[in-house]
Amino acid sequence: MKKKHRTGKNIYIFLVFLFLYLPIAVLFLYSFNTSRMNIVWQGFTLKWYGSFFKNQPLMTSLYNSLVIAVLTTVISTVVGTIGAVGLNRYDFPGKKLIDDLLYIPIVIPEIVLGISLLSIYSLMSMELGLVSIMLSHVTFCIPFVLVNVRARIAGSDRSQEEAAMDLGANRLKTFLRVTLPELLPGVWSGAILSFTLSMDDVVISFFTTGPECTTLPLKIFSMVKTGVTPEVNALSAVIMFVTIVIISVYTQMQIRKMKKKQIKAE
Amino acid sequence: MKEKAGLTGRGKRMERAIMAVPVSLWMVLFVAVPIGYIFIMSFLEQGDFSAVKLAFTLDNYREMANPLNLAVFGKSIVIATVTTVLCLLIAYPFAFFVAQKSTITKTVCMAFVMIPFMVSSLIRLFSWITILRRDGILNTVLMDIGLIHAPVQLCYNMIGAVIGLVYTLLPFMILPLYSSIEKLDPSLLEAASDFGAHPLQRFVKVILPLTFPGIFAGIIMVFIPTLGLFFVTDVMGGQKVQVIGNLIQNQFVTARNWPAGAALSIVLILLTFLFIGIYKGCGGSMDDLGGV
Repeated sequence: MKKKHRTGKNIYIFLVFLFLYLPIAVLFLYSFNTSRMNIVWQGFTLKWYGSFFKNQPLMTSLYNSLVIAVLTTVISTVVGTIGAVGLNRYDFPGKKLIDDLLYIPIVIPEIVLGISLLSIYSLMSMELGLVSIMLSHVTFCIPFVLVNVRARIAGSDRSQEEAAMDLGANRLKTFLRVTLPELLPGVWSGAILSFTLSMDDVVISFFTTGPECTTLPLKIFSMVKTGVTPEVNALSAVIMFVTIVIISVYTQMQIRKMKKKQIKAE
Repeated sequence: MKEKAGLTGRGKRMERAIMAVPVSLWMVLFVAVPIGYIFIMSFLEQGDFSAVKLAFTLDNYREMANPLNLAVFGKSIVIATVTTVLCLLIAYPFAFFVAQKSTITKTVCMAFVMIPFMVSSLIRLFSWITILRRDGILNTVLMDIGLIHAPVQLCYNMIGAVIGLVYTLLPFMILPLYSSIEKLDPSLLEAASDFGAHPLQRFVKVILPLTFPGIFAGIIMVFIPTLGLFFVTDVMGGQKVQVIGNLIQNQFVTARNWPAGAALSIVLILLTFLFIGIYKGCGGSMDDLGGV
């Protein structure tokens, strides 16, 4: 009886994963399709994997996306991490407001933030392009970093910081050697989240970009009428492959840590 | 909450104040000011040569009540409700079953929930089109095995839009549900069983109320974005299916009537605040919305 239950549950979990991964499997499969249209299967080829490299507009949009994502990740992780420590346990007038503001990019529909930023950039006569997209991405990434880091602060032990200070370490040293390592898992997940959100963003980039700058998602969105080419599928497959490798290494590290903890606990 | 009194107390407070400056400044400049600006803009007239003209009007809000807009509003709410209910029905058992697994299996499963995000959500939507279109994979397979005799229209309509939205937002339902279910104290469940509660009773009287914050957080994380995700309805719903996001996009891109778009956005903001207000009123934690 119990075993039957478990099989049923596993089948359910499998079905949800099937739903999540079916389109990814299809795009992977169709990246080997000889037909230029994404409709019928004609035959196996690897040519798209060679040709997307030579597709200049596609490569430029990928390059733009990567530059924006890297800058966004660095800035939002630094500002978010320092901010999480700074806002923690320190009260100043208006802190409540800042706390509330931080949740706005997380909860309001992206389009609202997108048009708000577009409006203010236009009011400032700011040139739209790489910089305006990046500033916008940082704006919605900071809150995610901050929330992740703050979750670590809540569980951290403050006595170590005090001990370091008592032993004569100055504040900067204490921050870098004691506080930061404690918070590092939160900082990492915040950074990974920022990079992913930035790379994948359609809505906010759509409104804050200019004619000169196209990101990969915007390039793909422009194909809405014509359909996606197998080149794009091939490029996505490569991106996915790289990220899966990175994530598995990361997960492996976490699992190893967990196993160590288990052994210690026993 | 008090800082430890001592020589370092004041210096430490200063230091924290300085550390709080960049994030506070950023949030004020890039969140408070822009949203304040579109609030003002929603009461201004459309400009002839620039985006706005400095003249007060309520027309942008009055215009919203035209039947075309109201129809989209109604449809948006229906689409968002259906999407949210489907996400909840799919995600709850999933999160529940995963939470019963060993620590390592749990970590792997939740990582696998996140991995699809690494592929552009647009690409995945286009892939759904390949699967769902009239001559697509699903229709072909169903006809080959004789389940249907003529192809079924599964995309470029309401069904397609809902599939796209459920697919895009499902992980945002799974995450808060999982974290609230995982925190359930097993001894409470045992106690319920010991007192003779049968599984359904146990679920309704114990598990459901305890995981309510997660359910509510999930509902917010799915319902609210649905109203704005114009690209999902664009790709999967065809021209006819629109959400409020499509209206805003039209005003800003096609009609170039920014004040009208701003007024529509203010409605979305108020709707969001209403949800958050109820959520907080029920004791929900804002951090649960951040996917921690």
